[in-house]
Amino acid sequence: MIAELGHIALIMALLMALLQGTFPLLGAAQGVEVWMRVAKPAGRAQFLFLLVSFLCLAASFVTNDFSLEYVARNSNSALPLYYRIAAVWGAHEGSMLLWALILGLWTVAVTIFSRSLAEEFLARVLSIMGLVSVGILLFILFTSNPFERLVPAPNDGADLNPLLQDFGMTVHPPMLYMGYVGLSVAFSFAVAALLGGSLDSAWARWSRPWTLIAWVFLTCGITLGSWWAYYELGWGGWWFWDPVENASFMPWLVATALIHSLAVTEKRGAFKAWTVLLAIFAFSLSLLGTFLVRSGVLTSVHAFASDPARGLFILIFLAIVVGGSLLLYSLRAPGVRDVARYGFFSRENLLLLNNILLVTAAGSILLGTLYPLVLDALGLGKISVGPPYFSTVFAPLMAPIFLLAGIGAMFGWREAALDRIWRRVRYLLPLSYLVGIGLAAVAFEGSDFKTMAGLGTAVWLAASTLATLWNRVRLRGHWVAGLRAQSPSTYGMTVAHLGLAVFLTGVVLSGRFSEEKWVRMAPDDSVTLSGYTFRFFGTEKVTGPNFVAQEGKFRVEREGDGRELRPQKRSYRVQRNPMTEAAIDPGWWRDLYVALGEPMDNGAWSVRLYVKPFIRWVWCGGLLMIAGGLLAASDRRYRLSVRRIALAPERSVATKPA
Amino acid sequence: MTTSRMRFALPLLVFALLVALLAVGLRLDPREVPSPLIGKPAPGFSLPQVAAAEQRLSLADLKGQVFLLNVWASWCLSCREEHPLLLELAKRGIVPIYGLNYKDERETAQAWLKRFGDPYRASAFDADGRIGIEWGVYGVPETFVVDKQGLIRYKQTGPITPEVLEKKILPLVRQLQEAA
Repeated sequence: MIAELGHIALIMALLMALLQGTFPLLGAAQGVEVWMRVAKPAGRAQFLFLLVSFLCLAASFVTNDFSLEYVARNSNSALPLYYRIAAVWGAHEGSMLLWALILGLWTVAVTIFSRSLAEEFLARVLSIMGLVSVGILLFILFTSNPFERLVPAPNDGADLNPLLQDFGMTVHPPMLYMGYVGLSVAFSFAVAALLGGSLDSAWARWSRPWTLIAWVFLTCGITLGSWWAYYELGWGGWWFWDPVENASFMPWLVATALIHSLAVTEKRGAFKAWTVLLAIFAFSLSLLGTFLVRSGVLTSVHAFASDPARGLFILIFLAIVVGGSLLLYSLRAPGVRDVARYGFFSRENLLLLNNILLVTAAGSILLGTLYPLVLDALGLGKISVGPPYFSTVFAPLMAPIFLLAGIGAMFGWREAALDRIWRRVRYLLPLSYLVGIGLAAVAFEGSDFKTMAGLGTAVWLAASTLATLWNRVRLRGHWVAGLRAQSPSTYGMTVAHLGLAVFLTGVVLSGRFSEEKWVRMAPDDSVTLSGYTFRFFGTEKVTGPNFVAQEGKFRVEREGDGRELRPQKRSYRVQRNPMTEAAIDPGWWRDLYVALGEPMDNGAWSVRLYVKPFIRWVWCGGLLMIAGGLLAASDRRYRLSVRRIALAPERSVATKPA
Repeated sequence: MTTSRMRFALPLLVFALLVALLAVGLRLDPREVPSPLIGKPAPGFSLPQVAAAEQRLSLADLKGQVFLLNVWASWCLSCREEHPLLLELAKRGIVPIYGLNYKDERETAQAWLKRFGDPYRASAFDADGRIGIEWGVYGVPETFVVDKQGLIRYKQTGPITPEVLEKKILPLVRQLQEAA
């Protein structure tokens, strides 16, 4: 009964989305105000129905209603309540419903935080979001309905994939989807602006906070995903260049470019066409990510659900949404005039360089992700492009970004005084590299050229970021007054760029100095790795709610300072696949990581031991970027700007391009 | 169209290419995962039957003939999709079909066969999925074609479609039956 209610609510949501997607758009085109007013109530109603639908599915999980196929496949009566709820988005159908729900949430957010936006513009924005929602809801109802009944009902379910029975993985998808779907707001703004011909700096200012918030969620989702892969997959790595990881990384890169180019469009009225294109790209890549993950076109360790029929549907949807918006772009963009003039050494051009690098990076990832598919499509065999390709291509593209991110904001708009910038950094630059290289040489035995260069760059990035802030603060005379005078966006930029430096430090040091050993260990054996002595005391059997496990007991010592680690090898009762639960002793300077491999004779085990210096810094960098994004989004300017858009809808797009 | 306008249409053209590529990619069958067992002897088993626990079904009983082994379960929805096809095939009597009931419960499996019809000469009851693992089953349904020598010749992952049946499985079965 509950499930049928959920199904009906889903159909109602589709009807609301249809209303939201058609009338306001037609109303905006024809100037019929009543039609335009449909947008807000329809959007809110759509969200309510989606919420009801989602709660119904959650209730089916909580009450163990195994007559639902989706519940039967992804839950079990022994599964703890927390994971039964998280199992709602543990597989394809439910995660698509979550996608739709989150789109509804963003829609409602737009209806609430847009009170003083021009009616026509808002109608278009909501309509476009409604049309996207129509596509997703049709997809769910026709190819991936989570409310499908199973007759006769099984007595118990097949349980949730053990990989997903973990905190990180329960919050990772909602975060990632908040980011993916959040980019639909920036997309809808861009398309609405193209349609209405109001591609101006007000439009850019309006898009910025939405883009920032979506970017924050995306960053958060990716960071969580990386952290999860590290401790749950038991391989000790934090990034695998897996197609599904790439699928989330590409929109992130483009969204990062978008944040920067929106700044130029808002402040200087330049790059308008380019910014619109980036907004379209960012959301398109989110959809492409969904397509790649859900269609089974690419096989991957993450591909928990794949089905060609669904793939075809998503592909058609993708073609309509992206193709349609690019068609609109090709028709309207030639009429966009950039009025701003700027010199070669200007912040405009530096940000353009940033954009080119980020988009090229995203493009090369796309190429690497699709290349195996191209070969397969041409009948040249199945291959896979691995980390070697990505690392080789990525490093040279990222290097200039790391070098310039810190001083970028020292460059003035229009024309920068190079000599003044040089005076500010002429000591800082060599000093930073001296510190970095010195640190690498003294503190870390066995540093090679790459480590020194990397560490030096990280120090330079941090130092130049702080120097930029200091230069602004200094203008106010006293430093307290100076610090107070800075806007949240300045702090946001500073913190995010510092995050980049922290991230780079983590990547460089953990990449170079991680040590690992795969060894056979019998009880009372000890192994020394990087100065740490790992002693094995054997395993014992422990029982969890829906699994049994062999738990190993290890003691790790270094210079009298010891701690205990208890990794597990779990066997889940229903799904029966063995799972490695690594034991990690986290620390600012290093992680100790022990994973049980396979049992061997006489109580011995094959064991993987890792010592990973500075690995936490990788995710700390992500956290700082998140904090920076939030700071920047909290800037009062964005809230004030709302009124001005309504008053002055300046037009910079000629409807009939010459 | 002027060159400057072409510039703005470029993203659209690139995207069109991408869609074409993805469309081709979709037509490639991701289920065509080469099984390492093709051409190898079918892993042996001896299991109680679904119909009655005291009767057993073992691979040795099946040797000397070409047969299909269909992995199914009552909890599997895709199995229902292919089920009418299997019933039809059983009626035509071209090739015997045996079932491997995978990670299921006896009563529900029996009820399922009663309800939807039973195309199998017999179904082996693989409650803990051990034999399934040996046969390299990674999803239900799967169907294996085994020849007279007991070698696995073909594996269909996912439900059998009429197309696969007519174009791949049946021609292969006929060819294997004619072989000595």
